[in-house]
This record gives sequence, structure tokens and C-alpha cells, in this order.
Amino acid sequence: MLDLDLTRREFLQTSGTVLMGTIATSSGILSMLAPSQTWALELTKLDKSTGHALLLATRQILPHDTLDDAVYALVVKDLDSAAASDDAVAKLLTDGVAQLNADAGGDWSGASSDKQAAVIEKMAGNDFFEKIRGTAIVSLYNNEMAWAHFGYEGDAWKHGGYLKRGFDDLNWLPDPPADASPSAYAAE
Amino acid sequence: MAKYDLNDDGVVVVVGSGAGGGTLANELCQKGIQVVLLEAGKRESNESFVNDEWSSFGQISWLDSRSSSGTWRVGKDFNGLPAWICKTVGGSTTHWAGASLRFQEHEFRVKTEYGDIDGANMLDWPLTLKDLEPYYAKAEDKMGVTRTNDVPGLPGNNNFKVMYAGAKKLGYKHCHTGRMAINSKPRDGRGACLQLGFCFQGCKTGAKWSTLVTEIPKAEKTGKLDLRPESHVLKIEQDKSGKVTGVIYADADGNQHMQKARAICVAGNSIETPRLLLNSENSHSPDGLANSSGQVGKNYMRHMTGSVYAAFEKPVHMWRGTTMAGIITDESINDPKRGFVGGYEMETLSIGLPFMAAFLDPGAWGKDFTRKMDTYSHMAGMWLVGEDLPQETNAVTLHSENKDQHGMPTPNVHFDDHENDIAMRNHAYKQGSAIYDAAGAKENYLVPPYPSTHNLGTCRMSADAKDGVCNAHGQTHDISNLFISDGSQFTTGAAENPTLTIVTLAIRQADYIAKQLSEKAI
Ligand SMILES: Cc1cc2nc3c(=O)[nH]c(=O)nc-3n(C[C@H](O)[C@H](O)[C@H](O)COP(=O)(O)OP(=O)(O)OC[C@H]3O[C@@H](n4cnc5c(N)ncnc54)[C@H](O)[C@@H]3O)c2cc1C
Ligand code: SF4
Repeated sequence: MLDLDLTRREFLQTSGTVLMGTIATSSGILSMLAPSQTWALELTKLDKSTGHALLLATRQILPHDTLDDAVYALVVKDLDSAAASDDAVAKLLTDGVAQLNADAGGDWSGASSDKQAAVIEKMAGNDFFEKIRGTAIVSLYNNEMAWAHFGYEGDAWKHGGYLKRGFDDLNWLPDPPADASPSAYAAE
Repeated sequence: MAKYDLNDDGVVVVVGSGAGGGTLANELCQKGIQVVLLEAGKRESNESFVNDEWSSFGQISWLDSRSSSGTWRVGKDFNGLPAWICKTVGGSTTHWAGASLRFQEHEFRVKTEYGDIDGANMLDWPLTLKDLEPYYAKAEDKMGVTRTNDVPGLPGNNNFKVMYAGAKKLGYKHCHTGRMAINSKPRDGRGACLQLGFCFQGCKTGAKWSTLVTEIPKAEKTGKLDLRPESHVLKIEQDKSGKVTGVIYADADGNQHMQKARAICVAGNSIETPRLLLNSENSHSPDGLANSSGQVGKNYMRHMTGSVYAAFEKPVHMWRGTTMAGIITDESINDPKRGFVGGYEMETLSIGLPFMAAFLDPGAWGKDFTRKMDTYSHMAGMWLVGEDLPQETNAVTLHSENKDQHGMPTPNVHFDDHENDIAMRNHAYKQGSAIYDAAGAKENYLVPPYPSTHNLGTCRMSADAKDGVCNAHGQTHDISNLFISDGSQFTTGAAENPTLTIVTLAIRQADYIAKQLSEKAI
């Protein structure tokens, strides 16, 4: 299901994070943001199977069923960078993955989702779990692919703000009266 | 811009360029007084601000090491980040949302109005609303607060529409787009709000009042201001007569300098201000400067806070437009029948997807959390902000071991909620949820407090020198040429967002300092 092999080297620049390779995917939105149909993750410190295991662990900790693996890979990318700059983190992650494998009866990545959930549940709150969760709570939601997925539009500066782009377009409730909510200056 | 000599002992030194310090510096310069404004942070601009939550957080936040203790939830969720405030020219006014409300008459005399309350260090302010009214008027004009001085209100965004619909169904009478220090039309050389929705990230249009885009440039035009960014004040010097004589600060390269001064005004926000006084202890003031009352660092207040976000059937897109232009003021009265004294405001609030993940339920994980995050585009949100009670044990102290990059002891912020705070929060959660239910919410999310954005009370003003640190003009009881010029002065917190009152006090203090200087009293 998940191929970490590098098929084409391209950078996808997202805020604060660089995903090596290209993004892909089932979802149309992501392919608009991504330069090609396949993507891969280049790791500098961790090996491929560790990266893969961490991605699956992140999917268990913050499960969004329809959010593409490419976005979860950004979390792995950040964990890998942290591991590359700090040996203690590298050890925490590799030991943690070893524990995942042990608890899953040998092969975490090959275990059923139910089994994986049970293993993660047991680890909740430990340092390894918290390292992943703490990284993911930022990385997973801090990139343009995630914003597209969740429908968050973010920066409107380049478009002149939301003044003419729907800041008050909600139409399923009555509009407040003018004394509570005067009309906009530019719209006058 | 002026450049004063380090040995010039005729200047007034202001520490911190935020709401208090930036305003005070400008007001003094307008009167022809020579000011050295020392600011720990860098100078950004509308151009350099970024509309991206985490990048902006890294750009302007105060991230020097701090710790926290106590039973408050922030202490658990964000132990190393007790407060969410800024280190940049303009201070937290670069970050603030602009809600600008006057305090109510009774909020200046809560000891009288609420009575003594177990566990609370109640005290009346040494001044009244009447004393402040002319200065409030000046502050509102300076800041261009909407719904004052014929400045029209801001247009309501989607988030406001939801709040308004629910508030009306519930029978609330006072709901509108707020009194905001954000230009609803061009004013004072700045343009109108373009509804970017990144008010917390510095406002790239300059529509929002901040000392960075108003007070400081105006002060620079007088030729009296010597602004020194990246100048972190470490210590205030005191001579044998008891007067303060200058400050020691570290520049961008960590080199230390001593700037002499005729008077010193501290406006580092309510954690750094007491920290600086405590760190300036000497044989004359062994417990820290201006601390004969023992109240420096004590009575730390942060407002009762919490948020309600609600998920709706249809999209809201709450992030579009001003972050906080929406308010219900009906609950800000003091009505002890509700089970607590004091009141609270309900204000629209939106945070982007990145911050929502961090704040919705800190520490949470799993399907229940992600299910909520999935509703992000259909969420409306409000912030609950009310009066918390001063408690002597809620305090900023110097850490016994940890030191910052300059070798200065780091601050620890200790906070326990008072029972009254908890009762008020529960009430506010209930009312906030009822508003969204009335507007058709599918589910409400009760969100715990963020790291403190309103930090108050740690050098409070008092009529009697034994109850507090400074007098009604912010002049310390112990040292006539040392002033407190930020929210640390607040005797109590009131329900309203504090900045309008901080600016008001700074304008008033400038008059007082000018008079004291001309009378050679200091
Ligand atoms: C996200 C957010 C939203 C907010 N929204 C609102 C709102 O809508 N309405 C409202 O009323 N308030 C709001 N506030 C609060 C408001 O920003 C503060 O009340 C106000 O800015 C405090 O003013 P101050 O002068 O005490 O401190 P600040 O504005 O924080 O300024 C202090 C300055 O001092 C500098 N400093 C500190 N120590 C030193 C030192 N030792 N040497 C040199 N410099 C130093 C700091 O770097 C900083 O620049 C908000 C705050 C935040 C964070
Ligand atoms: S919404 Fe208005 S005030 Fe807020 S950042 Fe945009 S222009 Fe500035």
C-alpha cells in the first residue's frame, strides 16, 4: 500500500516542511498541489521500514481515514529530521518501533489495523508515543495539503483578503441588522 | 531618530515597547521628553509579517525559557509556555485582536462591591472610572476604536453571524461586532481592514492599531525617541539614596551596556516586569526593587478564559475575516446569583487549522479528536473572558536554578484557579454552548484555556503602600523615579480585555511624569 521508494526526486515545499519526492494520489485536491502522481519520502537517518512503521503509528494516533499518506509522510519527515540532529531521538524512535514490532507479535507494519490500535493504546503517554503525537499535532496540520483536505484557506493576503472572497457569505442564517453589523467600507 | 549617550542621565528609559511602553514612550516624546526605549525583540513590519500561524509564532512570540506550576490546566498542557505574548517591537500589540472595552464603574472597587472572598487578595483600585474617563476617551481616539468617536463598527463575518443568530434566540440584548481598534474605514494614515483573518499574526495591512504602526513611528517623528530593538534589560541599578539610576541591558550580540536614566518605566508585561524588579535586588532592596510590600510578582491574574467551538451542518469558514470582531456583553455584569462574583464577555474567536490542532484538546489523540478536527470548516467559535480574582499565591517568582541566555534567572508562573474562576468558566461554557445550540449546532467543543494572553496584576497599584507596589499613577511607592507602565499595575482584572485600559493608564502616566519632571520632583 505504501511505497517509500523514491520514484522521482522533486521537492514539495510546504510551510516549514519539505517532502522529498512528489505527491500523489487518490484525491484530486492533492494531485493539484503535487507535481506528479507518485511520491516518495527520502529519509536521512531512519531506515525505510522504521519510517514506514512510524507512518502507520501516526495514522493510528491521529486517524483521518481519508487524509492521504502523503500528509502523514510529512510527520515522518519531521521525525527523521529530529532523529538526524539528535541521537537520543533516533534511539527513542528505533527502540519504539522495535517495541511496536514486539507488541504486534513480530510485524507491526503487517498487523491488522485492530491489532495496531491495541498496541498503540498500550503505549499511549510514553515518551515514544508523545514524540510522535507532539510532532504530528503540528506537522500533520501545518501544510498546504492538509489545509486543502480540511478546507482551510489560510493566507488571503495575496488575494486582497477575504473582503471580496466570502468573509460574510454564510447564508443559512439570517443576516444581522446593520446596527449590530454595519456594511463593509469598501463595499459601500 | 534620536541617539542618546549611555551616560546621559537626563533621559527617561522605558523598558518594553508594547501597549504600555510603546504608548508611554510616544506620549512622553510628544511632550518633548527624551526617551530611550529598550525592547528585547526585533523590529518587524507589515511586509515582514507572515500569514501563517506557526511561522508567525516563531517570528514574534516570547520564547525564552519559562516554567509554570500550580493546578491550572495550562501548567499541564503548556508547561514551558505559561503565556502567549510577544518579544518584538510593538510587543503583544502586534499579536492582539483589538478588542477595546472600558472597564465598568464597579470593577474599580471590587473589594467594596464583592466583599472579601476566601483565598482572594481583594483590593479596590486607588482610582475610579471617573478619573479615567477623559483618558479612556483619548485612548479610544488614538486607537481608532470602532463604535467610539463616530468610527463605524466593523462588518460582521461568518463567525459573527452564527454568534448573533444564537445570541438573539437566547434573548441576549447586547451583541454586535465589537469595539475594535481596527480601522473599519481609513483613519490616521492607515487603511481599512481587508478581512485577512490574521489579526493575531501582525496584521499585514496595518488596519489594526499596534504601537509598532502608530505610537512608535509617531514618536520617531518627534526626534526625541531613541528606540533600541534587541536590547534586553537585565537589571535596574539603584544608588544609596534609593533612586534608580540606570539599566543594564544586553544587545543583539549579548554585549552588556549600562544606560543611565533620570526615570525608569518598566513595561515588560506582567511576567517580565516583576522578574526584572526581583532580579534587581541589591543591598538596599534585598527583596527586589520596590518590594517593601512583598507584593512584587504576587496577585498574578490571567482572566478566567475558555473557548467554545461548535460544529454545524453547513460550512461556516470562521477564519475568513477579523479574528475577534463580535461580542456579547450581557454576562459581564456582577450578578452573584449566577454562583460567582464578577462577569465575563463572550467574543468571537477563530484560529486556523494549525492552532486548532494544538488547542482544541491539548494532549488528545485518537478517533474522537480527529472526528472533531474533521469538522473544522463547519466550526464557529467564541472566546470566554472574565474577571479572575487576585490571589497572593498566584505569583511570578525567579527560578532557583534555571537561567536564560543572558544568565538571568528564568521566571516561574504559579497559578491555581480560584473556585470563583471555575464556577464562572462552567457558567460561561454552558451559555456559550446554549448560544450555538440555539443557532443549530450539532456538537459543542469546550476548549480549555490557551497560554495566558492577558497577564496582569503582578505590581499592583494601591492606595496604601503596604498593599501594593505602585500608586494610582504607576509610580512605585518605594522609589519615586521608578514606574510600572503596563498591565502589571492592575489592582484587579475586570471582565474586559485589558489593553485599552493599559493604554489609558499610559497616557495618564505620561502627564504625571511630565509634571514630576518639570517640578523636579524626580
Ligand atoms: C493572541 C493575543 C490576542 C490578544 N487580544 C487582545 C484583545 O483583543 N484585546 C485586548 O485588550 N488585549 C488583547 N491581548 C492582550 C494584549 O496584547 C496585552 O494586554 C498588551 O499587549 C499588554 O501590554 P504590555 O505593555 O503589558 O505588554 P506587551 O505588549 O507584551 O509588551 C511588552 C514588551 O516588553 C518587552 N520586554 C519584556 N521584558 C523586557 C526586558 N527585560 N527588556 C526589554 N524589553 C522587554 C517584550 O519583548 C514586549 O515587546 C491579546 C494578546 C494576545 C497574545
Ligand atoms: S482582518 Fe483586518 S485587522 Fe485582522 S489582520 Fe486582516 S486587515 Fe488586519
